[in-house]
Amino acid sequence: MSNRIPADMPPGEYEDEGRERLSYMIGLALALALTTAAFAVVWLDLLSGGAALAALGGLALIQAVVHLRYFLHIDLQRSHRDDLLLILFTVLILIIMVSGTIWILYDQHIRMMP
Amino acid sequence: MSLSERLHPGLNLAGTDPESHVAAEEVLFGFWIFLMSDLVLFAVLFATYAAMSVQGIAEGPGPAQVFDLTAAFLETLLLLLSSFAFGFAMLEMKYRESRRGVLAWLLVTGVLGAAFVGMELHDYYVMITQHAAPPQASGFLSAYYLLTGTHALHVSSGLVWMAIMAIQVTVIGLNTPVKLRLMRLALFWHMLDVVWIGIFTFVYLFGVAS
Repeated sequence: MSNRIPADMPPGEYEDEGRERLSYMIGLALALALTTAAFAVVWLDLLSGGAALAALGGLALIQAVVHLRYFLHIDLQRSHRDDLLLILFTVLILIIMVSGTIWILYDQHIRMMP
Repeated sequence: MSLSERLHPGLNLAGTDPESHVAAEEVLFGFWIFLMSDLVLFAVLFATYAAMSVQGIAEGPGPAQVFDLTAAFLETLLLLLSSFAFGFAMLEMKYRESRRGVLAWLLVTGVLGAAFVGMELHDYYVMITQHAAPPQASGFLSAYYLLTGTHALHVSSGLVWMAIMAIQVTVIGLNTPVKLRLMRLALFWHMLDVVWIGIFTFVYLFGVAS
């Protein structure tokens, strides 16, 4: 049961255990480095104010991409188009909803009586 | 369509189990639709929190006074290692179909996940008893408990699902339906870790930095 690979099938790029294991380990190493960097920015006061928030946002974005790439195995060339469109469409919806909510609530807030 | 083709995002079974690989395409695509709609739920909670953490502090304590960054860092490590352990459970399933290997890695994943939920509950306890920061104190705290609580509830239901899968692996073995369920649980678990990146950055670090 353990080996059902047809003899004539060339081993695909993704069908090598060492490679896939390495992918998880690279993901873990990158995620640990990015997490530590993000906490270091705040703990060691490396940056302050807007620069700190921008750096933290950037690190989070990179780490999300690392997780999607190495743990969820999403890569743009090989995915089926349906899945890619689903993910991109969701990202579009998320950007519209989140930025719209924050914008509208902030606008309401500054119009309120103090 | 060649069997070595990747049919869906996530771990593919093409090389080791072509039958399950073909069966996986449809159910995993369906599960991705669920994951994306779940992500929309979290995005709305994030947006609410972003507004409330600035405008809704009222008379209550602010983010910098109530958050414990050391605890948040440890929780991040627990969830990250848990996600990583699930990856190795999937490799055991894919390359060796070893029940024992899958169960051992699932146990590691589950223990780390349970420790994460336990630490979060401890955080809540400290905030409520020592910082006078219960959910009803301000809009900021309501939004905080709603966002992190929804995430903790997701992780907890993932743990229940994981226990059920451990029973199925033991009793039924690694046939196609069980493999496909494990693959969906893996996606769910990895996605919860992605959501946690947003929480530790935009809730804990932003709260203390600004």
